[in-house]
Amino acid sequence: MNSRLTKFLPWLVVGLLALFPLMESTFYLQLLTKVLIMAIFAMSLDLLVGYTGLVSFGHAAYFGLAGYALALLAPKYETVSLWWSFPASIAICALFALITGMLVLRTRGIYFIMVTLAFAQMLFFVFHDTKLGGGSDGIYIYAKPTMKLGEMELVNLEKLEQFYWLVLFLMAATYMLLHRVLGSSFGRALLGIKVNEHRMRALGFPVFRYQLASFTLSGALAGIAGYLAAVQYGFVNPEILSWHQSGAVLMMVILGGMGTLHGAVIGAFAFVLLQEVLSNQAWFGIAAKHWQLAMGMLIMLVALYLPQGLAGLMQRFGRKPVAEAADD
Amino acid sequence: MISNGLPPSPLPEQGGNLGSLRSQAVTGAPILRTRGLTKRFGGLVAVSDVSLDLHVGEVHVVIGPNGAGKSTLTNLLSGDLPPTAGEVMLEGRDIAGLSSDQISRMGVGRSYQKTNIFLPFTVFENARLAAQSRTPHALRVFSQAEGYAEINQRAQAALAAAGLEHRAQRIAATLSHGEQRQLEIAMCLATQPRVLLLDEPLAGMGPHESQRMVELIKKLSADHAIMLIEHDMDAVFALAHRLTVMVNGEVLESGTPAEVRSSPAVQLAYLGGEELLHD
Repeated sequence: MNSRLTKFLPWLVVGLLALFPLMESTFYLQLLTKVLIMAIFAMSLDLLVGYTGLVSFGHAAYFGLAGYALALLAPKYETVSLWWSFPASIAICALFALITGMLVLRTRGIYFIMVTLAFAQMLFFVFHDTKLGGGSDGIYIYAKPTMKLGEMELVNLEKLEQFYWLVLFLMAATYMLLHRVLGSSFGRALLGIKVNEHRMRALGFPVFRYQLASFTLSGALAGIAGYLAAVQYGFVNPEILSWHQSGAVLMMVILGGMGTLHGAVIGAFAFVLLQEVLSNQAWFGIAAKHWQLAMGMLIMLVALYLPQGLAGLMQRFGRKPVAEAADD
Repeated sequence: MISNGLPPSPLPEQGGNLGSLRSQAVTGAPILRTRGLTKRFGGLVAVSDVSLDLHVGEVHVVIGPNGAGKSTLTNLLSGDLPPTAGEVMLEGRDIAGLSSDQISRMGVGRSYQKTNIFLPFTVFENARLAAQSRTPHALRVFSQAEGYAEINQRAQAALAAAGLEHRAQRIAATLSHGEQRQLEIAMCLATQPRVLLLDEPLAGMGPHESQRMVELIKKLSADHAIMLIEHDMDAVFALAHRLTVMVNGEVLESGTPAEVRSSPAVQLAYLGGEELLHD
């Protein structure tokens, strides 16, 4: 792919997405808002899976925790200011990720997968089995957070298109942040750890500290997505912390292509839209109820034939012939 | 926390001449010494009561048959394995049991017997990462990695020293075996160590590449303390200032090459002479 095109393509995509509310379709606007929130979530996981080599199967913990943080921080029937509830929710996620990270990062491979899952399940049952977060019914968030500058309403989150633009902005900001971070010395060290952890240690890198920083950042970014999801739905329940959610975001990353940021975004689009299509009763009748079956098969096909995911497919079409690129 | 009070090595000079460290008299205090170093794996004693000294300006070659404990010894010195007993003193400080990244930051670099590099990265990025490990900016998360002239220069100098500057933009996986061995050394040099632990750097190299590597090690020995594990007897005798023979985890003999050659114990153990060592 032409390098100038690759540079401007993300901006073009964001620009086009920003125009979407002109379509005036409430249903699709809400769906797209959900896609963009999931894209933030998927990028946060890709930082771990695709760039640090840590396959977490408990990432919903941070997503859900931010939602619960908003629900619990907000007064019951009044609005809460986004200016403090948003950073506070994310800080809680970052802190939780820092603490769990210190424990789970002592394990590797399959054990890491199991321990991250275990922590997420613990959190699930804390909210499911205690009155803290309203038990299995969850909590309603009756009023959306406000974004006021003095007396002026900067963004009205009750308005679908304004909320959509805020989500789009945060998605682009997350992308840019991760893009910068991954190109930095820190990001290069993470990639080195993913490729050859042992050698990084022998070169003098304090691997644990790098991984912990990555884990914490990843948890905080998942918190952005979780906060926004809670605002969108207007309620939280333990489902948002469940392992299904952790599995779904992992599938988005795999579907889109691990280790590419745009892959995570593409994966979120593909997953949410596929889910929407496959569970459409008008099209698939009785099979629509069992959309997971079809989704599972699709994921299997991608894993088998597109190990680089959909992003890899794009690259395959866009790249110049290998012989031309190789050697000088 | 990253710096440990030791002054960093000076930048390599142009022309591949690696540095001009304060030249320490060979007769002076050893920079690294072990006493009674022992490693047990369950009932197996892999390294038993090994005491040796490494001096700046000297190549200390360790030879012995397979399974003699040479690689385990290297792993004990580099922190890849914690010793069961004994001490490892680096400039008077006991480093036994420290982690490999701590020991690396204190100025002990190592190469691996089995090539251990970042295969999907370019040759330059391999060396750049190694050089980056020495900078306090390593945790900067916004400024882009290639923007540090000092790190780039150090990576470039290390590649030049190992004879790989013309391969900088190649993907490491596409290098020949010998070149990957050279890259292994370049990465080690980019961390600017004062002590080099080289585990069979010539393994699998052709005669031309071997010759090159021997020249490089000779040059490096002027301002580094080097422990070299090697099977190639020509290289061993071309390089060794001091020779230690290990058998079954123990030091059989240690001294100058001439002393070791004439040692009755060594002659007894290696009746057939060199070809046994070649195993």
